[in-house]
Amino acid sequence: MAYIPFIVVVWILMVGLYGIVTSRDLIHLIICLIVVQSSTYVLLLGVGYVTGAVAPYFYDVPVHTPAVDPVVQALALTDVVVEAAVTALLLAFAIQAHKRFGTLDPHELASLKG
Amino acid sequence: MTQAQRRLAFLLGSAGLAAFYLWGLFGLPGFGNYPGPYGFIINRIAVGQTDATGVVSTVNFEYRGFDTVGEEFILFAAAAGVATVLRRLRGEQERPAVDEAADRQVPPTSSAIRMIALLFTGPVVVMGWWLASHAQTNPSGGFQGGVILATAFVLIYLSGEFVVFKRISPVDVTDVVEAVGAGGFAAVGVSAVAMGLPYLSNFLPLGSVPGAVSSSGTIALISFFVGLEVAAAFILIIGELLEQTLLIRQGGQ
Repeated sequence: MAYIPFIVVVWILMVGLYGIVTSRDLIHLIICLIVVQSSTYVLLLGVGYVTGAVAPYFYDVPVHTPAVDPVVQALALTDVVVEAAVTALLLAFAIQAHKRFGTLDPHELASLKG
Repeated sequence: MTQAQRRLAFLLGSAGLAAFYLWGLFGLPGFGNYPGPYGFIINRIAVGQTDATGVVSTVNFEYRGFDTVGEEFILFAAAAGVATVLRRLRGEQERPAVDEAADRQVPPTSSAIRMIALLFTGPVVVMGWWLASHAQTNPSGGFQGGVILATAFVLIYLSGEFVVFKRISPVDVTDVVEAVGAGGFAAVGVSAVAMGLPYLSNFLPLGSVPGAVSSSGTIALISFFVGLEVAAAFILIIGELLEQTLLIRQGGQ
């Protein structure tokens, strides 16, 4: 049972990748990319978890209480920020693609370029 | 390549990827058996070293503060990138946000939405500000607080007032706030250098009680600057995206 979170990680990654490959709309494709990235949050938090430990905040618990790894949690925060930045840029590109070619379908966009 | 062929190629390739990925993950210590030692060491020493009880913020703004400078500038660059990609191109022109088909039937923004947006705007500002200024004590920080602060402006847009949204977040002002936020973080680091300490050293007094708002030295200060930067960056990005759909149209008049 100790590996179920890791199976979930692979499952989320695969679902997102399937969505990207079969996508017929750039906005849908961008959301699928967010799904792919979500798998990394589960992985990061799963790797640092300690059974029975508290969150790494010692405001109302004594300092020596066992706590989970704060480093991976900080990395997950970085992950979220990067995702927001990438999503914003991709949405801007999608707007420009639609303005220029009049479609958001990746297949039609590819055939326009030959 | 047809759609079916694409799907088949993907399924074959992804089966291999999934198998190898799972194989690799199963080599890790199982869920809940984190072996350490870095997380345990930081949890043990962080509160004593910085007087901050939120260790995730301590990691972000102190132990790997240099990384977080880069992270903040990723967002800064993204906001600049969105503004560049969505600039007014040749052959496009801005037009005022007026309804040209005044006779069509547009359902007005319901008063329920207006009321809720109005009701939430104040508390959301307070909550965002509280989060951005309490990174040192609890699970909050500049990134979370900044996003929630930006939400307050989106609520105003949701209540049907795009013009008000643009008026209370003029690009000149948000640009300056964003620059102050991003530059402030870097300036905290440079101040440490000017005092003869390594870049981003915690040179401020730590306060006396761990967990107090005034504790933790530069962590609280950096979190405040990050909150400004993130809020301004998100308002800029959202404003640019909305402006595309509402103000800029192709072709001349």
